[in-house]
Amino acid sequence: MIEMKDVYKRYPNGVTAASGIDIHIKQGEFVYVVGPSGAGKSTFIKMMYREEKPSSGTITIDGVNLATLRNAKVPLMRRKIGVVFQDFKLLPTLTVYENVAFALEVIEEHPKNIKKQVMETLELVGLKHKARMLPTELSGGEQQRVSIARSIVNSPKVVIADEPTGNLDPDTSWEIMNIFDEINTRGTTVVMATHNKEIVNTIKHRVIAIEGGRIVRDEQRGDYGYES
Amino acid sequence: MYVTSKEVITAMKARTLGRHFRESLKSLGRNGWMTFASASAVTVTLILVGVFFVIMMNLNKVATTIEEDVEIRVHIDVAANEQDQEVLRQKIEGIPEVKTVEYSTKEKELDNLIDSLGEEGEAFKLFEQDNPLNDVFIVKTKNPTDTMKAAKQIEKMEYAAKVKYGQGQVEKLFNFINAGRNVGLVLIIGLLFTAMFLISNTIKITIMSRRKEIEIMRLVGATNSFIRWPFFLEGLWLGLLGSIIPIALVSTAYYYAYDYLAPKLEGHFIELLKFSPFVYQISGLLILMGALIGVWGSLMSVRKFLKV
Repeated sequence: MIEMKDVYKRYPNGVTAASGIDIHIKQGEFVYVVGPSGAGKSTFIKMMYREEKPSSGTITIDGVNLATLRNAKVPLMRRKIGVVFQDFKLLPTLTVYENVAFALEVIEEHPKNIKKQVMETLELVGLKHKARMLPTELSGGEQQRVSIARSIVNSPKVVIADEPTGNLDPDTSWEIMNIFDEINTRGTTVVMATHNKEIVNTIKHRVIAIEGGRIVRDEQRGDYGYES
Repeated sequence: MYVTSKEVITAMKARTLGRHFRESLKSLGRNGWMTFASASAVTVTLILVGVFFVIMMNLNKVATTIEEDVEIRVHIDVAANEQDQEVLRQKIEGIPEVKTVEYSTKEKELDNLIDSLGEEGEAFKLFEQDNPLNDVFIVKTKNPTDTMKAAKQIEKMEYAAKVKYGQGQVEKLFNFINAGRNVGLVLIIGLLFTAMFLISNTIKITIMSRRKEIEIMRLVGATNSFIRWPFFLEGLWLGLLGSIIPIALVSTAYYYAYDYLAPKLEGHFIELLKFSPFVYQISGLLILMGALIGVWGSLMSVRKFLKV
């Protein structure tokens, strides 16, 4: 599903954020990406949805090489990937429903399908009853659930999450994790960068540890491995 | 029931276009103050451009009138008989720059002279018996600035006793008019650039407040052209909105200015451009320029958010 071969990333300011990364993530896997701040996690994640281009090497997602993908083709590739952030990135003037529907509208989905898909997805994240509220009227955990709903409403093959529980209290974090597990059980690949030791150590999945732009550990059912 | 894929695409495009229109209009309302600021920037610029343009075009018209009055008077040697005169005429007409050649007899020339001098001209009536003037060819060139060139060629011709076109003054006049036109052009271009800069900056602020929206659109896979459309339309609305007041103002002002100035200038053989076609042309131009700078400013500002 996701394959990186000998990936290097050097920023113009001289920082090397990835040096020689080789990784293979299969369809349906759940992967934690861990490591200290500034170790290259974000770059690793960003290269997967082509927010950053590798300096060398190849990154293949669902058969498409992101390193050589033309800019004009990037939008089509992005439709196969859902992305979730620490700060939710919701539009404050739109309702919960509209925020999720937005993702379908802008890829010109047929209106008939939009309503159905949005309501189904809101049900999955448990927010159907709050569809008409504004994000500001929701708690942080609920806002993150809206953001997750938006990332999966298009049924992507991969969901990439960058510290999705970073802004949430422990109880809410567990709720969010349950949703990701649910998504994963339905066959979607999940790649999640996180600093949450308890979660990684409790809900066991594959762990990839990055330090200094290199993969220093890659274990099935691994531990967080750092003092948090 | 068969629906070809092409029909599906067209149907989708129409729906999408509808969305872009709605979004762009909604955004105008949502960003109320910025809409006002951007449209005002367009308004101020277009008023400046409009007023300046009206003045420039009228000066140009005056200049053209003056230029067209420039003519070459070829005094024909008294020794020339009718046939010689005809040969000379054909030679002058043979010069590529020449547009018309008119013949004026010496009797007519004397009448003109007497008329132009008014009462004092009476004294010249004495000459009617023994006219000392020459017959004259009045030559006009296709392009007034070719007058000097044509005159030089005519000077060399047989039986062309004297060639007069206001030597010295005409050259100065043309230089002056040319300089005026160039200065005007430079000023208009300068104004337009200032306007575009002003507008693209104002619109940039509206877009800054919406970078989150653009960011999310890109993230979920909206194509760049899809993202650009509403901004394109928004720029267009801003430009059109901004051109309303300048058009009203320039039209009204010109209407009164024309009424006031035209009769006064008539005595000096200066004619202003007529209200009827000119104001509509200016209005069209202002709308077009408003739309162009609005769209340009908007697209320039959104461009930097679309780099992948």
